[in-house]
Amino acid sequence: MDNLSIIAMASIFAAGLTIAIGSVGPALGMGRAIQQALAAIAQQPDERNSLTRTLFVGLAMIESIAIYCFVISMIVIFANPFWGHFIKAGG
Amino acid sequence: MEIVGINQISPDQVIIWSYGFITLNVTILYTWLVMAILVFVSWLATRNISSEMNVSRWQHFLEVVISIIRGEISEMTKKDADKYVPLIGTLFLFICTCNVLVIVPGFVAPTSSITTTASLALCVFIAVPYYGISRNGLFHYLKEYFQPNFIFFPFHVMGEISRTLALTVRLFGNIMSHEKVIGILLAVTPLLFPVVMQALGLLIGVIQAYIFAILSMVYIASAVSAEEEHHVHVEVKQKILQLNNFFKEEFLWII
Repeated sequence: MDNLSIIAMASIFAAGLTIAIGSVGPALGMGRAIQQALAAIAQQPDERNSLTRTLFVGLAMIESIAIYCFVISMIVIFANPFWGHFIKAGG
Repeated sequence: MEIVGINQISPDQVIIWSYGFITLNVTILYTWLVMAILVFVSWLATRNISSEMNVSRWQHFLEVVISIIRGEISEMTKKDADKYVPLIGTLFLFICTCNVLVIVPGFVAPTSSITTTASLALCVFIAVPYYGISRNGLFHYLKEYFQPNFIFFPFHVMGEISRTLALTVRLFGNIMSHEKVIGILLAVTPLLFPVVMQALGLLIGVIQAYIFAILSMVYIASAVSAEEEHHVHVEVKQKILQLNNFFKEEFLWII
């Protein structure tokens, strides 16, 4: 197996693994956050606006971790720096 | 009609026209388009603006939008919302228009390019010290970086930089990922399912615009209100002291 196919294989594998493992934590975190927020809204419906806004901001913070993983996997697949380097080196 | 291919991560790579070192790519073109739409609609709405009983439909629409934005901001800052409405409202309207216009065939959202989102996040990065200094003065603003003591200075600086990066990547990742998902679904299940995903994409786009605006407001509010919390603490301490004195006077004779 030459260098290029090793890089292609490793890239595909790493991209899948990145998004697979990277989305587990944020999913659990978002589940817990929504659970607590729903419980809080059920207890205090008057505070719904403030709670919903805080929930959205918090969800955005948690979600950004999964988005980082996604962006990295997209970079590995579509804009892989090593790929171009070895194509240039190989001629 | 496909302008940005599935194997291109950013619409910056699609160059429509170039002359010398000036290049016009898809991102810039559609940013101009969105700006033109926003300016045109605002012009249309404020053309014959009136404070009479019967106002035009466009004026109603714009008043509803502005009052919602003002209400959200004044709920967060508790006062003087008008100072932040121009910046936050513009950010929200621009991102929201970009994300909603995705359903028009042939339109590429400028927010699916990391250069657009990075420049928007840089606006927030500059606006935070601007509002902080103009509200509290340079000394009090810089003092916040050394709270609770000077060891925390690098962490505050790192926090500023990393949250700007997070704003950038969050918006870019959401919109770009949605475009890619639609592209892949069109290849796998062509007819109906992509429509459902596009409807979901509208929701995601509006929520992301809301989150961008709210987060930038949170950052600005944290720089502005740091000094006021101090005043509040002093007031609370005075209140407690008064209560203490009151109880001493009232109950000392019992003891």
